[in-house]
Amino acid sequence: MEKTLDQTKTSFSTNGVGEKKAGKQRVEVLKTYKIYIGGQFPRTESGRYYIASNSKGDQLANVCLSSRKDFRDAVVAARAAFKGWSGRAAFNRGQVLYRIAEMLEGRKAQFIEELMKQDVSRTQAQKEVNVSIDRLLYYAGWCDKYQQLFGTVNPVASSHFNFSVPEPTGVIAAIASQDNSLIGLVSVIAQIITGGNTCIVLASETKPLCAISFAEVLNSSDVPGGVINILTGKPSELFSHFASHMDVNAVIYCGDDELIQKEMQQKAAGNVKRVLLYKDVNWLSDKGQSPYYILDTQEIKTTWHPIENIGGGSGGY
Amino acid sequence: MPTASKKKSKLKSNGTLRQAQGAVPKLKFNTGWEYAPAPESKAHIKLKDHYDLFINGKFVKPSSGKYFETINPATEEKIADIAEANAADVDKAAKAARTAYEKVWKKMPALERAKYIFRISRMIQERAREFAVIESMDGGKAIRESRDVDVPLAANHFFYYAGWADKLEYAFPGRVPKALGVAGQIIPWNFPLLMAAWKIAPALATGNTVILKPAETTPLTALKLAELIQESGLPDGVVNIITGFGNTGADIVNHPDIDKIAFTGSTEVGKIIQKAVAGTTKKLTLELGGKAANIIFEDAPLDQAVEGVINGIYFNQGHVCCAGSRLFVQESVYNVVLRKLKDRIETLIVGDPLDKNTDIGAINSKTQLETINKYINIGKKEGAEMYQSSCPIPGKGFFCRPTLFTNVAQSNRIAQEEIFGPVLAVQTFRTDEEVIEKANNTPYGLSAGVWTDKGSKIFNLTTKMRAGVVWANTYNKFDPTSPFGGYKESGYGREGGLHGLSAYLKI
Repeated sequence: MEKTLDQTKTSFSTNGVGEKKAGKQRVEVLKTYKIYIGGQFPRTESGRYYIASNSKGDQLANVCLSSRKDFRDAVVAARAAFKGWSGRAAFNRGQVLYRIAEMLEGRKAQFIEELMKQDVSRTQAQKEVNVSIDRLLYYAGWCDKYQQLFGTVNPVASSHFNFSVPEPTGVIAAIASQDNSLIGLVSVIAQIITGGNTCIVLASETKPLCAISFAEVLNSSDVPGGVINILTGKPSELFSHFASHMDVNAVIYCGDDELIQKEMQQKAAGNVKRVLLYKDVNWLSDKGQSPYYILDTQEIKTTWHPIENIGGGSGGY
Repeated sequence: MPTASKKKSKLKSNGTLRQAQGAVPKLKFNTGWEYAPAPESKAHIKLKDHYDLFINGKFVKPSSGKYFETINPATEEKIADIAEANAADVDKAAKAARTAYEKVWKKMPALERAKYIFRISRMIQERAREFAVIESMDGGKAIRESRDVDVPLAANHFFYYAGWADKLEYAFPGRVPKALGVAGQIIPWNFPLLMAAWKIAPALATGNTVILKPAETTPLTALKLAELIQESGLPDGVVNIITGFGNTGADIVNHPDIDKIAFTGSTEVGKIIQKAVAGTTKKLTLELGGKAANIIFEDAPLDQAVEGVINGIYFNQGHVCCAGSRLFVQESVYNVVLRKLKDRIETLIVGDPLDKNTDIGAINSKTQLETINKYINIGKKEGAEMYQSSCPIPGKGFFCRPTLFTNVAQSNRIAQEEIFGPVLAVQTFRTDEEVIEKANNTPYGLSAGVWTDKGSKIFNLTTKMRAGVVWANTYNKFDPTSPFGGYKESGYGREGGLHGLSAYLKI
């Protein structure tokens, strides 16, 4: 590891001003930033960590440097949660997404502060948190509507009733935007879970604070454990495992590193994963949301059933 | 096993069954009646003795000068010599397709584009009989199927997508869809003309130009389609059809000036293609293998279910990616279903694909017959019990009797791997949960079948199957308006219907 933290002279604080002070000043309780797997907050099994810092050189926190094993554990949790989450009524999923928005609204201040610590201006931080809340609302509303947009009843020429509906792809592993640490994470999670998928998301490496605080929001928002799993660490270490894991059905990469893109596409072929590359998406803008993003992690299922021809024709079955 | 003793033992087991389940009349097959041969005439078809590559509206010689034979798998006789395209030919086709896209096709008003596609559909209908006969000669498919399924569906597919050409903005709310450019399309040998239609029709309707490669064992109907397209007046280079082996396919996949790859074939090759296009901007859709579960519940209409199982696995000699190759029967009706199934298998006529009475034609190639026989041996070695029809099969050509295995374990290779032949693996189950678990326990996810009279159970099962097409109380039905494609390792993207458009559009 690079260097050890000398906690007495760093700005490890929740209010951003608690520098070392002598005398009777209350000693702050510092937050341990852990990862989020299966509705629990474990430390990385690897015992490794890295130091998140900002451009001023303030050391903000020790952050879990998640390992391949953490990812594999998260996939197990996501797979276990898939049946329940995909089986939830669409209306219910909408309510859960709405609940996440409510919880985030109530904790806006904390997120603004964390963003500011990570080099975002106050105005920008306020905007990012507001857009994040609105984005959750946007997708909450879509939960029971995209099926009608993307589903069809198909007028087949034979005597059958035939219809196609979108169904979730399954377990999705995503590397979230490295730049917009909150809205990038929230957007990608929301579009995935709206469609009934479960996910493992790797947060921004350099700006991980919001991600773990967001996991705390999720944990108090009726999101079943395992539906969303959040890891912190290095994309460069984990991307190939994301792409090669045999129980992951699709991978998402939000970034522009062409080598990572190519290698993820290659490794994904191992079990014919769907690969979604979101390059140059401005998650803060309206372009960061669309029902077509939901469709990206949907499969179309077509069902046939005979219609009996009464009084002649070619019979039922 | 010799035929006579098998018949005897079958009767015996039926005797016990009768006691167990009350008197059930037994079908009699030894009445002495036989079907007279009813061969479809070959007189009206026009075939050349060699075929060149269809590039830029003309038939041109392959730059390698090499040709390979395509044979009739029912007689093992050569039908024609077929040009083998190499990288230089692929490049020529790509240039032709690019020029046609930029200079002609992209600029043409959508309705005019549609007219060409409608015209192609009509011309296929006009020549339906010729296409059907050639399809059966080149691929071994029973004429009843090429005549009633492959050719009409191919014509309908063109007709359906033609109508979409000037309506694309209605398919994607809030978006203005755009063509991709040049599409490279590689198709398999099981439904040669139909797969060509599934590929070409939506690509043209969405404004793309095409390079299509049919499979090396079944190139004839695609080449006849090329002749038809030439006569239709479709602008030169909009559709290019080139023939060859896997190398030619690889040259298409790796060509830098192709915007889209659409592949139908094995999961193994699909993975190679997915890997090959990594790091490029090529859009990819894959329609790969399957190992579908066909599930019979005790309350199902059993006679219809058995018909459906027969159609599910023996349709097109089992050369169907969505074939119902795993049968799950609820324990309480296992004996009766199995007896009905064996009786029904015994009535299937295996033989000359051109005979209108034939149910099961020739296996597509010697290689495929060897693969099927390999799996039959694996099944026996793994301890499953084999049952085959006692029907006679022709001495020449590649044929396989309809086969089923009982006493199959979930871990047996015949229950896990795609055989692509007339081989059914039968398993049993007790509860809904159990059969859902077993049916989904496969890396594939193309299709599934469910047989029950209970509506709520149908929808429970159809929603729980992780598969792209689910047939309830029916099987192996296809339609141009109905999206087809897989979950999991059966591929991604859909062909057919509104959903089939997005494979060829920037949305």
